[in-house]
Amino acid sequence: MDYRNVLTTCIYCGAGCNLYLQVANDRVVGVLPAKQHPISQGKLCIKGWNAHGFVHHEDRLTQPLIRENGAFREASWDEALTLVADKLQAARADHGPDSVGIMASAKCTNEENYLLQKFARSVIGTNNVDHCARL
Amino acid sequence: MHRLDSLRQAVRELLDAGEVDGVLALRADHGGTVPHLFQSGDDLSDLALWPKFPMPSTVDLLLSMEPEAKLGVVIRGCDERGLVEMAKRNQVDLARLTLLGVACLPDEVAYCPCSKPYPSEITVGEPLEGVVDPRVSEHAQLGRAERLAFWTHQFAKCFKCYACRDVCPQCFCEDCVLENDLWVERGVLAPPFPSFHLIRALHTVGKCIGCHECELSCPADIPLTILYALLRQDAETMFGYVPGASIEDEPPLVIAGVT
Repeated sequence: MDYRNVLTTCIYCGAGCNLYLQVANDRVVGVLPAKQHPISQGKLCIKGWNAHGFVHHEDRLTQPLIRENGAFREASWDEALTLVADKLQAARADHGPDSVGIMASAKCTNEENYLLQKFARSVIGTNNVDHCARL
Repeated sequence: MHRLDSLRQAVRELLDAGEVDGVLALRADHGGTVPHLFQSGDDLSDLALWPKFPMPSTVDLLLSMEPEAKLGVVIRGCDERGLVEMAKRNQVDLARLTLLGVACLPDEVAYCPCSKPYPSEITVGEPLEGVVDPRVSEHAQLGRAERLAFWTHQFAKCFKCYACRDVCPQCFCEDCVLENDLWVERGVLAPPFPSFHLIRALHTVGKCIGCHECELSCPADIPLTILYALLRQDAETMFGYVPGASIEDEPPLVIAGVT
């Protein structure tokens, strides 16, 4: 019999509420609020209360997919990230830094989005930073 | 002896006796507390009591997950009352639980505020007099128009997070009527006034034991416990029933085993 609670940051928006994932016999089975957290103060929205829902969902992608000849095949993270880096570098070299746009995400933390715009501006060299919430 | 040391000793003795598979208690974690299953041989030095955390829902989860398991549970008065009402509706089997009762300290009683801040059997602490939430009597003085204006304002803040339901130990229906399109249209805020909150309020009659977790969990700071306390007063006046007071008392609104 194994039951524990793991503190984490909600993945659904940039507010950064903390919550506990209830883990029972190595399955994530529920969510409890984190009363001590300075942002969420023991409160969660409907998404936070259901933040565990996708973890074991059968439709969840658990490894990267690369499309070849119109069909997806499974790939390792190393292969997928190398492919993305190569393509970004090629676009930048052939068409300039402003040929690249970076889409930040509401599902990232504030800090992760900060890093993403830093990557766009300092590494790629573009101010093309936008956000999925604009869609 | 400090009450936490006394409690740790009681938990250790219960685990050493080998009659339970674990003891569910709060553990200090990242500056707060969270329910934790202490098992034989575990370090108990981080066993904690505050901030309080509702235990009955986690008890239900563990008992359902492990149908043969027996648990020790560290409980406050509110936890015990919650478990009693759940047991009356076949949600938990009290025979599988060994309760270690904690009486709340004065500042804890004031924080909630709690009408009976101690369980029926106290392992650590001294029983204190309950306190009445002053907001409840103040609200009862208001006229109908003022009450309507008050709740119209409060319920307009609701954005249907369902935290009041999710955190409530007494909300265990598999199909929640508040997710039924007949009563609550999807994608529309605020929820229908006043039916959304009054449906939930009426469903708590005879069950709500006043743990205040709904209000503590509400991101919109809706003072739900005023509403539930007034309904609890009505139920006591009309039926002489105090939820959680005794496992023997039959809930007034139980008809053919369903509330």
